[in-house]
Amino acid sequence: MHNLDAAGHVRGESQYLDDIPTQRGTLHAAVYGSPLAHGVLDGLNLAAARRAPGVVRILTAEDIPGENQIGGIVPDEPLLAEGHVHFQGQPVALVLAETEAQARAAVKLIEADITPLPVITDPRVAAAQNELIVPPRTFRLGDPAAAWAECAHIIEGTAENGGQEHLYIETQGAYAYPTDGGGVRVHSSTQGPTAVQRHTARVLGLGMHKVEVDVVRLGGGFGGKEDQATTWGALAALAAHVLRKPVKLVLPRHDDLRMTGKRHPYSSDFRLGLSADLKLLAYEVTFYQNAGAAADLSPAVLERTLFHACNTYFVPNVRATAYSCRTNLPPNTAFRGFGGPQGMFVIESAIAQAAEQLGVPAYEIQRRNLLQDGQVFPYGQRVDDCNATQSWQTAEEKFGLEGWQREVDAFNAENHTRKRGLAVMPICFGISFTKTAMNQARALVHIYTDGSVGISTGAVEMGQGVNTKMIQVAARTLGISAKRVRIEATNTTRVANTSPSAASATADLNGKAVELACRELRARLMRHAADELKLEYEGLEIRDEQVLAAGKPAETDWEKLVSSAYWKRVSLTENAHYATPDLWFDQTQEKGHPFAYHVYGTALVQATVDVLRGTYDLDAVRLVHDFGQSFTPGIDRGQIEGGLVQGLGWMTMEELLYNEDGRLLSNALSTYKVPDIYSVPPVLDVEFLETPGHPNAILRAKAVGEPPLMYGLGAYFAIRNAVRAFRPAARPAFSAPITPEKVLLALHGPLLPQPPAPAAAAATVTAQ
Amino acid sequence: MLQFYLNDQLVRPTHRAGSTLLDYIRYQQHLTGTKIGCREGDCGACTVLVGELQPASGAVRYQTMTSCLTPLGNAHGRHIVTVEGLGRPDGGLTPVQQAIVAEGGTQCGFCTPGFVVSLTGHCLGGAATAEAARASIDGNICRCTGYKSLERAADQLTAQLLTRDAAPERLAWLMEQGYVPAYFRQMPGRLAELRRATLADVAARTGGQLPDPNAPAVTPPLTYLLGGGTDLLVQRADDVLAAEVQLLYGHQERCFIRAEADGRISLGAATTVEDLRSSELLLSRFPRLRRHLKLVSSTPIRNMATVAGNFVNASPIGDLTIFFLALDARLTLQNAAGQTRQLPLRELYRGYKQLNRQPDEQLVEISFQPPAEGEVFNFEKVSKRTHLDIASVNSAARLRVAEGIIREAHLSAGGVGSTPLYLRRTSEWLAGQPLSADTLREANALAQQEISPISDARGTEQYKRLLLRQLLYAHFLEHFPQQLTLQALL
Repeated sequence: MHNLDAAGHVRGESQYLDDIPTQRGTLHAAVYGSPLAHGVLDGLNLAAARRAPGVVRILTAEDIPGENQIGGIVPDEPLLAEGHVHFQGQPVALVLAETEAQARAAVKLIEADITPLPVITDPRVAAAQNELIVPPRTFRLGDPAAAWAECAHIIEGTAENGGQEHLYIETQGAYAYPTDGGGVRVHSSTQGPTAVQRHTARVLGLGMHKVEVDVVRLGGGFGGKEDQATTWGALAALAAHVLRKPVKLVLPRHDDLRMTGKRHPYSSDFRLGLSADLKLLAYEVTFYQNAGAAADLSPAVLERTLFHACNTYFVPNVRATAYSCRTNLPPNTAFRGFGGPQGMFVIESAIAQAAEQLGVPAYEIQRRNLLQDGQVFPYGQRVDDCNATQSWQTAEEKFGLEGWQREVDAFNAENHTRKRGLAVMPICFGISFTKTAMNQARALVHIYTDGSVGISTGAVEMGQGVNTKMIQVAARTLGISAKRVRIEATNTTRVANTSPSAASATADLNGKAVELACRELRARLMRHAADELKLEYEGLEIRDEQVLAAGKPAETDWEKLVSSAYWKRVSLTENAHYATPDLWFDQTQEKGHPFAYHVYGTALVQATVDVLRGTYDLDAVRLVHDFGQSFTPGIDRGQIEGGLVQGLGWMTMEELLYNEDGRLLSNALSTYKVPDIYSVPPVLDVEFLETPGHPNAILRAKAVGEPPLMYGLGAYFAIRNAVRAFRPAARPAFSAPITPEKVLLALHGPLLPQPPAPAAAAATVTAQ
Repeated sequence: MLQFYLNDQLVRPTHRAGSTLLDYIRYQQHLTGTKIGCREGDCGACTVLVGELQPASGAVRYQTMTSCLTPLGNAHGRHIVTVEGLGRPDGGLTPVQQAIVAEGGTQCGFCTPGFVVSLTGHCLGGAATAEAARASIDGNICRCTGYKSLERAADQLTAQLLTRDAAPERLAWLMEQGYVPAYFRQMPGRLAELRRATLADVAARTGGQLPDPNAPAVTPPLTYLLGGGTDLLVQRADDVLAAEVQLLYGHQERCFIRAEADGRISLGAATTVEDLRSSELLLSRFPRLRRHLKLVSSTPIRNMATVAGNFVNASPIGDLTIFFLALDARLTLQNAAGQTRQLPLRELYRGYKQLNRQPDEQLVEISFQPPAEGEVFNFEKVSKRTHLDIASVNSAARLRVAEGIIREAHLSAGGVGSTPLYLRRTSEWLAGQPLSADTLREANALAQQEISPISDARGTEQYKRLLLRQLLYAHFLEHFPQQLTLQALL
């Protein structure tokens, strides 16, 4: 099954925000962002900009009729700066002009009078000054304090990861115009139409019923348009509402890069205790999350870091603490993996350091500690239907881990200017929004009298293929051809109060709602067929558009049945609601059952380092992934390949650089590099693990959006292993991305101080 | 009058010659398949085909270009093809489109038209090899697929193109198979007709005339000389839009690669990087040229970027500048009065982005002595991403070694100072030294004194110093692996 949107994509016919034909009189908007990262906003000089050619109006916080507030989790983020500025690029004013070029030119004429305040860019500095977005949180299991005494080896260290720019190729934007009755309609490139609707209503002082948000599709999202599309939607809506004119706001790439938040950088401290036979006994970790200047989704991202702090390993004694630190960077936000990858990077670093210090391959430690059914996650959920060992063993056998390692060792023994490294990266990722209430979805299904079907849900298509999946679900459930089914644009007036398309859960939640609605329609049509044709209801079904009674063709097909139902005044519309069963989480105890299920997999990654130049190639990634019962294998494989490559990019070349003034230095595609076609490994094998899937997954096909990104972490460790094959004394800092600069310095630069030798607990016998 | 074919349609835009082809396509013609991703030639979402009549063969040669950096004026007389201009009238898919769909090579779809256009350009003129197919999409960034599905699609096409090469006539085969629509057959004739009309009309071309040496110098203060646009439209798109521009791109008088009687090679200033890369003459003198120039930007940018543009842009890290500094290239500058003077490239730079050039002087020609028998040439570049990236440090070397003695050395280095550097002292010192690890270590010590790198987005000072050392070693290790080892150098 191909992605059903693909034909439109390759013909260039698929419509994105900037392709919507503009209405007569459309004004173009450009944003004036704060030139300083922190300060008191004493005033704005708009006179020159107002006189500039084509300028119609300049809006500031004073022009907001409702509340100047778009904070989602914490109300700490104004739409337009007021009183203070908190990061470079923070929207301060909106210029409306007749053309985009005029609006941009006028922005350059605006001056802000700002009294500078101290700028913080380092999360540890923020934490020391108690600049926290929310109070710290701690997940606990067992008694680590007591467990240290049992440990044969105790490893301590620090790990850091950089942020990551989403680099959706379609930048953020919105097109808004006034509607009849004082409302506003917003075409938005957002993963969260309801968030745009809710915040726009708040900003305009309107009821949500007067704000309609419509999304056809996104040119990429990856989390970057989950909450952060709101600013641009609300700004366009504000201007449209105030000026009573259509207004288009599409961010130029440079504005998008410097004004929007990214994946969170983290700096973390770890302490890992192992038994003599390499069992993980105790793990303490402290995460300092660089949240940026406002909460955005940071508290939720922080929570998922804690959920995934132990990755796919069982550790009986855990204390994981996380601080969400306020800095003067753009508010960091959701990005595929949502804090999970940051948590996993730390424990993988701890294991790598343990392996190096103990002189064993890291995979010996990884393999011995994989999760098993019946164990418990640090957040209290029982480990069930666990595929950690199955995926590891399958990968180990299919790809010959031991033999592969021997080949790498042999290569390294023979070659002096090129060195290879191999790493294994197993993953475990929980599926569900960790905020339990968000795990609900609705579907509105219309069967038209000609038998065609229109479906509306809260799902936003952004390349993940959710529309194709939902069409499949509807076609299978109704027994009709996929050609009859269309997924409508996501629109807040058809399906309300939606959760964003995020958390890998979009197909599960919305697909289940589609399935429920279609089942009800099917049952209704079968009852009608039974009445009309005097057939037994039991045993009636529709297959390939033919109505079957006890397996034999009946005297009606889909088209006739639908038409006949209409004439008998049977409703051909259904609206279904789905809520994932059995989810709960008690934040006071930090325990519960937050996930519908978990996804597992294991990747092997090989890298080769050019010792002379410090450059490297990723040679191969071979992985076994737990798809459950995939019904769209082409799409699902695409998610694995794409997610993996994003993870490889994050670990290698994607380097976000801010200077101490909070200015983004990697502020263009010429300085922020994402993988190109030559960067991806020549070998990329994806094996489907044989599993029954999970009943909470749509048609037992497990969610596939976020998990593969974390296979990319393997690249960091493979490259690091290759560096150490050349220079065994090198202990490169656990600092991602591992750029060619870091590699070259690790190969030939000054040696970093050695970490202390593993501390054995004093005078204790190792626990077996 | 500015006129060109946009797909099947003759258009005569009245917009400014320095405005972008992209904006014209999207906002004047509402051909929205051509997408805006970055407006700096780094993503390829706006890729179009630019077809140019080849006077010699009478055929149209199609190249990919990023329309965000293509000055509208550069479309003059050419055939511009967008994704809409490739579509089959029956609504079916072309083989390129089918391959992408079949392999799952599109997810969000936003970058997809760029890939379709690039691969179609490859099918029109590229070699039927996997390597060439991949190279055709090396300027297209996809953030969704991870490229493997696109590689599989490209491989499908490579298999099909073997049939193309066996066909009696390529274009006929491509049209029969539906790669391009039937109107492509008429394009050579249409462009020839445009050319005739244009020759009569060249002076009236919007801002596009070459300077007349006999005309008085009336250079308006805000005139930009635009070559391929690959730098000016990144740095100063708004200014260029507002200014009068002079277009240089594609002028036959400025596009040539020629062997001179004295053994030197001359290049026209508007020669593109791809022209260099596909020159048999240069390949015969620089056996590693294709590999070296593959490190320079991407296919569409190489199709646009000119040699002179790389020099006068004065970036301390310009790849071609570094390449030609080691070759001691000589420049011919021409002023508005038509007078010319010669200047060594090594004397062009006075300071950061400052040129030893009068405002009315244009760089018209470059000439250099290619490596002779017994000489070797090497180019090294390290960047965060190996391809389509700007170097952290780059360096070139021209070396003559005989009987274990370095007879002559010319080393250049970029990214380690405020201008592209010729490492004069290091080069002079090396001449006469034995080829040994000690010599190279001493050369590095000298080179470190000649450079003054700063920390920036491309690396810290510490890294750039270390990297320069490594690249200096690399020049010798590449060419003299029998005499030197990395272990001995470290």
